[in-house]
Amino acid sequence: MPGAKTESQCVTEQTAAKERLITYAEAGVEAVREEMRRAPSIFYMGQGIGPRGGNFQQSRGLWAEFGGERVRDTPIAERGETGLGIGAALAGSHPIVDIVFLDFVLEPIAEIIQQASTIHYISNGQFKVPVVIRAAGGGIRSTGPHHSHTFYSFFMHIPGLKVALPATPFDVKGLLKSTLRDDNPVIFVEHKALYTTKGHVPEEEYLIPFGQAVIRRPGEHVTLVALSLMVQKAMQAATRLEKEGISVEVIDPRTLVPFDKDTILASVAKTGRLVIVDEAYASCGVSAEIAAIAASEALYELDAPILRICALPAPHAFSPSLDNYLVPSVDRIVTEVAALVRRKS
Amino acid sequence: MVVIREFELKAREIFRSGRMPGFIHVYVGQEAVAVGVCAQLRTDDYVASTHRGHGHALAKGISARSVMAELMGAVGGCSGGRGGTMHLYDPSVGFLGSNGVVPPGILIAAGAALSAKLRGSDQVAVAFFGDGAVNNGAFHEGLNLAATWNLPVVFVCENNLYATEMPFDEATKNTSVASRAAAYKIPGIVVDGNDVLDVCAKAGEAVERARRGEGPTLLECLTYRWFGHHEGEPGTSYRTKEEIASWKERDPMLRLREKAMATSWASAAEFEEIGCEVNRVIEDAAVYAIKSAQPSVSTAFDHVFSN
Repeated sequence: MPGAKTESQCVTEQTAAKERLITYAEAGVEAVREEMRRAPSIFYMGQGIGPRGGNFQQSRGLWAEFGGERVRDTPIAERGETGLGIGAALAGSHPIVDIVFLDFVLEPIAEIIQQASTIHYISNGQFKVPVVIRAAGGGIRSTGPHHSHTFYSFFMHIPGLKVALPATPFDVKGLLKSTLRDDNPVIFVEHKALYTTKGHVPEEEYLIPFGQAVIRRPGEHVTLVALSLMVQKAMQAATRLEKEGISVEVIDPRTLVPFDKDTILASVAKTGRLVIVDEAYASCGVSAEIAAIAASEALYELDAPILRICALPAPHAFSPSLDNYLVPSVDRIVTEVAALVRRKS
Repeated sequence: MVVIREFELKAREIFRSGRMPGFIHVYVGQEAVAVGVCAQLRTDDYVASTHRGHGHALAKGISARSVMAELMGAVGGCSGGRGGTMHLYDPSVGFLGSNGVVPPGILIAAGAALSAKLRGSDQVAVAFFGDGAVNNGAFHEGLNLAATWNLPVVFVCENNLYATEMPFDEATKNTSVASRAAAYKIPGIVVDGNDVLDVCAKAGEAVERARRGEGPTLLECLTYRWFGHHEGEPGTSYRTKEEIASWKERDPMLRLREKAMATSWASAAEFEEIGCEVNRVIEDAAVYAIKSAQPSVSTAFDHVFSN
């Protein structure tokens, strides 16, 4: 879980001590505010994102500045909102559709996959579909099976969609600003447990390009590719493993589409071991894709089998004891990575 | 209407010759709806269409050449051959696509209307859809949002009584589509979908209402498709011959011709002339489409993403 001790660990390498600390939620608000000031075509809609400022304060203050036309509360109609967002994008607007809980993206998923992802291609490039699907995934304090999912793998499966998975306030702001300058449909997945975490975010404007992974921590013995909240857990695990003499390189891909495989393959060539930590299920997940890339392109660099540390294959349970067991924990990462590194080949 | 009728008959002919890829849903019998509605629209107004969309595309202003070539999957088509019959697109005339999925056009048109409203434009959007769409959730979400937000959109239901082979009265207890407008507190108007003048009058009012900022209207155009759901499906196992014949007697083209001649608005010679000109246009479109090349595989990854 996020807390004061972990804050420094989500600071990116681009930061400097003099920069201000803001939360992950505030960083997202800043990105949207700056881009809405820049581009009148951008508008924002979703449930509770108006005067209330969003379930996670992810739109706080935007309604007051831009008004109810451009920051538009919606009824509980995810398919309608998304379909209207796609239509508005075709007509020259740049909508942000906030699904709030990523679980509820299952309602409009046909609109995203059948319409948004295809129209630019099947219209022979005549129409652009710059719609942003924003949502928060992951578990936090026993949110149960309908509010805890990490559904992003199937968007990575579909040509025509870009997917961002920011793990720090710095990345939320830089990636969301890039998203709002991109003519493609973008699935922007934040993590509920990260919204209150703080990190260094510069005052001056910056953009983070899609398709550039970041090495959160350099290491020698094993490469840990971690997604979203799992970046924090991987960093904590790496600190503990260092005390056991295991040097861990932690890589955060930051975007799933486009995907920066080169940074991962270069790291694997150095360490000879690959571990993927993902809060989603292993089966057919992003971890499976990364493992397949490594197996196809770096098999002879590997000194050990590829290890995936993912949610265990059961629905998200409510009880904290089960919930904490099913989702990858720092303890589990430490134990499994240590066993992998010490394994005799 | 003549262009659409002859276009569809030619498309059937090419399809039956085995030269046309995929499968098509023809619009014969329903021409008055597309023509009567689109005649009320400006070039920069929007239309979102359905799987049975050739008529809408032609009526909104895409050329017969361009639509026919798209049916052939050829580069001369309005979507460069990438879309085909169910994915006809043309931004230059506000055509937001025919669609392989039944109800999303409702949402797409409402979204275009939302964009127009936010941009301060007086553009209007139209969604065409069949009776099959109105029992789907997107119909409810789209109409509710459009009504709540007072969007400049006209919802045009072409009630041809069958969703594929499912009779409308077996798909719903309330077979009055227009009456459903009351649920959203918007006007719901029944239209004789085989009388182009009735469509013109009622669609004209709805479009002007939308343009004035008074919100959406639901039009229920009662009509009938003469042929099967898709080409190759005869449409006779679930419909009686008598029913089909009775609707053919209400042929929208015949009715317009009779009315025009009775009021001396147009002569038989003028109709002959139109027929000859249309034949020439459709023959030209067919030749153009058949000659148009298939896209090169070197373009297979063009436009997956917009740069």
